[in-house]
Amino acid sequence: MSCRRTWRELVLPPVRCTFPPVPTLVLNGEPHPFAPGTTVAALVASLGLDPRQVAVERNREIVPRATYERTELVDGDRLEVVTFVGGG
Amino acid sequence: MSNTQDTWTLAGRTLTSRLIIGTGKYKDAEETRACLAASGAEIVTVALRRVDLKAKDNLLSWIDRGRYTLLPNTAGCYTADDAVRTLRLARELGIADLVKLEVIGDPRTLLPDNEETLKAAKILLDEGFVVLPYCTDDPIVCRKLEAMGCAAVMPLAAPIGSGLGIRNPHNIRLIVEQAKIPVVVDAGVGTASDAAIAMELGCTAVLMNTAVAQAQVPVLMAEAMRDGIIAGRKAYRAGRMPTRIIGSASSPTAGMIE
Repeated sequence: MSCRRTWRELVLPPVRCTFPPVPTLVLNGEPHPFAPGTTVAALVASLGLDPRQVAVERNREIVPRATYERTELVDGDRLEVVTFVGGG
Repeated sequence: MSNTQDTWTLAGRTLTSRLIIGTGKYKDAEETRACLAASGAEIVTVALRRVDLKAKDNLLSWIDRGRYTLLPNTAGCYTADDAVRTLRLARELGIADLVKLEVIGDPRTLLPDNEETLKAAKILLDEGFVVLPYCTDDPIVCRKLEAMGCAAVMPLAAPIGSGLGIRNPHNIRLIVEQAKIPVVVDAGVGTASDAAIAMELGCTAVLMNTAVAQAQVPVLMAEAMRDGIIAGRKAYRAGRMPTRIIGSASSPTAGMIE
């Protein structure tokens, strides 16, 4: 397994290549490294969020709340974590 | 003829208040809460956004969901696809199946894109959403939205946040005349008399945000809007006198002293 060149390496200063590569997801538009095997439930908890107050979309598909515990994140996943805010 | 009997029904919910109020643009959560309470509203709109990890408290933590039905909107969406995506996420939050569909066509005027709105409404209705669409004050679009199965139509008074009041009362009247579902004037109301006029035209309810949030004293304006809507509704039910262009004495013309 070789280190893949990601867009991060192109825009950020060079970092030492780790092995295995640190999996990274795009969380609300920002790169977010995570430990292999992290579930959506673990991610939501690690962000200090109440799972009842958020909805999660992974690669443009909604992740039903009932499946957070068994949904493991994969390198390159694009996540949107949203909630309600004030609005008209 | 007591006011308590004058309820209206929206998708099976019986409502007393005819004011639907937004939760945006307030100074803080405390001011929002005070304005919601003063307005007497039973339905309040909310927007869906990426979580702010630095935010102190989530709206869902402080809003009294026993008292208010949350109405998620699609503010900021410019296509049917974006609006549908937003509302699917809103539904996943498990709050309500009631949604405010708003597809904007232009960032300067924030006027609705009726074509995209109709497209999104079709998809959402097929998926079982209860759709309250924001649209232009166009009787034809309102008729189409009603025929599709929307639970209400929400024509604008004027552009969002403009405070211009009802620009085309004749169209609003035509929309009210033909509609068999609630007509909610949404956007453009600036002050209490605007809300009263909407109700005098026969609208079922009024939805507003900026007019309250950006008033000098928002809580007082929330009360004024509540009262304006109640007054306008009573005037509509009472039936106004006919207008005439000459005077008609209020006091007896007979019995004058000589």
